[in-house]
Amino acid sequence: MGQYLVRRVLTIIPTLIAISFVIFAVLDLAPGDPTSALPETIRPEVRQQIRKAMGLDEPFPVKYGLWLRQFFVNEPLSLIETAFDIQIGDGEKRLRVTSWGSRGVPVMDMIVERMPQTLWVVGMAYLVAIAIAVPVGVVSAIRQYSIFDQVGTFLSLIGYSIPTFFTGLLMILLFSVKLKWFPMIYDTNLQIVDWNSLVQQLKQIAMPVAVLGFFQAATLARFTRSSMLDNIPMDYVRTATAKGFRERYVVIRHILRNSLIPVVTLIALGIPAIFSGAIITEQIFRVNGLGALLIGAIQLNDIPLVQTVTFIFAFLIVVFNLVADVIYGILDPRIRYS
Amino acid sequence: MMGKNISSLRIIALLLAMAFLLAACPAAAPTGGEGMAADEEMAEEEVMEEESKVLTILYWQAASLPGPYLSGGTKDQDAGAITLEPLANYDPNGTIVPRLAVEIPTIENGGVSEDLMSITWTLKEGLLWSDGSDVTAEDVVFTWQYCSDEATGCTASEAFLGIESVEALDDRTIKITFDSPTPYPYNAFVGANTPIISSVQFADCVGAAAQTCNEQNTAPLGTGPYRIIDFKVNDVAVYERNPHYHGEPTYFDTVIFKGGGDAASAARAVLETGEADYAWNLQVEPDILRDMEAAGLGRVVSAFAGYVERVLINQTNPHSDLGDDRSEYMEGDNPHPFLTFPPIPQAMSMAIDRNLISEQLYGFAGQPTCNVIPAPLHYVSDSNDSCLTQDIDGANALLDENDVLDTDGDGIREYNGVPLKLSYQTSTNSVRQKTQALLRQWWLQIGIETELINHDASVFFGGDPNSPDTYQKFYTDLQMYTTGPTIDPQQHLSNWICEQIPMRENSWGGGNIFRGCSAEFDALFEQLTQTPVGPEREALVKQLNDINVQNNYQIPLVYRGEVSAHLDTLKGVWINGWDSQMWNVGEWHR
Repeated sequence: MGQYLVRRVLTIIPTLIAISFVIFAVLDLAPGDPTSALPETIRPEVRQQIRKAMGLDEPFPVKYGLWLRQFFVNEPLSLIETAFDIQIGDGEKRLRVTSWGSRGVPVMDMIVERMPQTLWVVGMAYLVAIAIAVPVGVVSAIRQYSIFDQVGTFLSLIGYSIPTFFTGLLMILLFSVKLKWFPMIYDTNLQIVDWNSLVQQLKQIAMPVAVLGFFQAATLARFTRSSMLDNIPMDYVRTATAKGFRERYVVIRHILRNSLIPVVTLIALGIPAIFSGAIITEQIFRVNGLGALLIGAIQLNDIPLVQTVTFIFAFLIVVFNLVADVIYGILDPRIRYS
Repeated sequence: MMGKNISSLRIIALLLAMAFLLAACPAAAPTGGEGMAADEEMAEEEVMEEESKVLTILYWQAASLPGPYLSGGTKDQDAGAITLEPLANYDPNGTIVPRLAVEIPTIENGGVSEDLMSITWTLKEGLLWSDGSDVTAEDVVFTWQYCSDEATGCTASEAFLGIESVEALDDRTIKITFDSPTPYPYNAFVGANTPIISSVQFADCVGAAAQTCNEQNTAPLGTGPYRIIDFKVNDVAVYERNPHYHGEPTYFDTVIFKGGGDAASAARAVLETGEADYAWNLQVEPDILRDMEAAGLGRVVSAFAGYVERVLINQTNPHSDLGDDRSEYMEGDNPHPFLTFPPIPQAMSMAIDRNLISEQLYGFAGQPTCNVIPAPLHYVSDSNDSCLTQDIDGANALLDENDVLDTDGDGIREYNGVPLKLSYQTSTNSVRQKTQALLRQWWLQIGIETELINHDASVFFGGDPNSPDTYQKFYTDLQMYTTGPTIDPQQHLSNWICEQIPMRENSWGGGNIFRGCSAEFDALFEQLTQTPVGPEREALVKQLNDINVQNNYQIPLVYRGEVSAHLDTLKGVWINGWDSQMWNVGEWHR
């Protein structure tokens, strides 16, 4: 296992470098100009100056090399400097990856600023989805074709097929406009210091979490159900039942444990998606998270920001793939990596 | 049994660990925030209001940076305008009002030189930056240097064109020298697109270094009513009352400038839930907006600058038989077969119900107009106002009188044997297509048939010299779009001189899109470029407007504005189309 891990970790490095190159090349080749979002009254000469100021007219290898250096050397150094409050070399002169849309602002600072909102909303939605989906999936499988199963299947179908922008709008109209229960503007600056502010935070994430949670729970519940159904007719289940164990014990100890193996893997693989945020949902509820950051950056042709955010997503996906494999090995003793 | 127990514990432990990770990250978040207990939930809870008076402004496009110099959007300019100030502002009528300056320099008070080569501004006494340091003339000079340095990549450098030097004569006096006589010397340092920045704070941020000044760019010192205490890029900016402000202290303690979302939900947040005090640029269907306003919480307000939706009448022949010569001016040798006969376009203009178009299709964002220069007020001619009433009978009579008759009985009139059939293009946009359909219907009632065409905006306005569908090539009889003058109309009017006619030779580069050439217009325009601001200049602009409209080069339809909304409880809002909508935010109160 240890050797396997080392090998996997080592292969991550060339993979990531290849990914970074592809991302960089695609974005560089793609049409689009960061000055296109500027007012039409600005003359072409001025636009050219702005592009030059952003470093846009350098040749591709230079730009790529600069980004690699900024991202893999300068950014970690800055991170260490701020984390331990020390000075390494000439920190002032070291160029960090900075945004084009908000010139001078380091991209990493923007990402760090967005992280909490995304984790609160999308992360919470994911937890809610798991908490609902697993029990619903289990009961649906055991009581297959019962009323519960039928209703569950119906709701899953609805949850899966209705887009979040629709449920989101519906929620706003009902709970914000008509009932006035929840705010429709997400307050990024809200600090949780006491009971009241916690309640307020829960109120402002309630609607986006419900919308996203419903959507994700639908998928997970279907998956859990079918995984359970795969295991129910197995010989070991019959053996356990024959031994005279109570149904509850058989379901929880035997069927559920085996059925959860693929579900847990699926959950682990879904974690990077939490970080990438839910672009549409964030937009509707004004949660200024990572998804909103990425879409805004794409609209403005803010290439350094798009590059960095996309690369971080790629990194997370690679890492959580590894994590999923490792979890799989831990959960299922039959699988041995060598 | 034992082994199984342990591994099920593992699953639980893993899930718990995941949950903990998710919960732990947000918990660390507030340390990154600011030391203030801003509370946006203020609409309903009056108790909160007593503690802290908060103004919440909603922009559905979030600000990238506060200030106009490194990021050119209105959102950025407006986020800056809450704290940054220019020497003078434009008020909603287009009048220049002093801000940091003592008074507006004119030729009469000696501030503008007789030869129109320089302007001298004087700062108010005792101005302070929001950190308490002194504002001096050097700051103004520095602002010019900062923005005109090519390496800065300044998005507002347009306003400093034609300036040879900016000097500080003493601590409070600034002299701007132009490289040629400039009848309108108020482009630089007037309006929210050229505010003054601190020479001390930005000293190391000139040129290429501007790209690395994170702290300065996101929290510039200002002289305005509020000062920035927190700026989250593309999200939210928080301001507090500026204790060093030169004006009356503000009513609100805190301003929250929140971005993101979409226009319709921004309107809803003000008009239906009252969560925000002010929402900007509500591009929402007029009916929907009216319904929201009916909820009774707030009102919709409109800001007008100079934009006019209008129909351009091709003065040259665009017939496809002409091949490459279609819509070519050819020194006047290729006139349009019937649109250059004045009664025809006159009748077309008379047949239009401009009130209906502006009310039904534009709602709060439109007013009917008969002028191509619709504002500022002192430049607006009133000699064309008769067009505001639709007169189909009059139009028919006018055509009959001039022998433009339907001779073959197909319902379409002919002129010199040519049937009055028109092609009419515009960009693809639901409001524009509805306007087209209305005009087509009215013109049919006076015996003129119209073929409606629309092109995707990126093609129509794209300017690709290889595409036949651009507005510059104008291969149709009529086309419709919006442009408008800036506060001083000279630049806009310069488009309509004969020299500016687009043609093959200049790769369709000119601004005289309708291809109308009038010697009278050119002569008056030449005079305009040498006439300083004053009644004489105003009269000239009105004349130029009238020539353009009365020569039937363009049919103005709707004077277009921008729509915002604010709560009824918010007082002091005076929405401004010429300057930032935030121009008088310091005077807002409840």
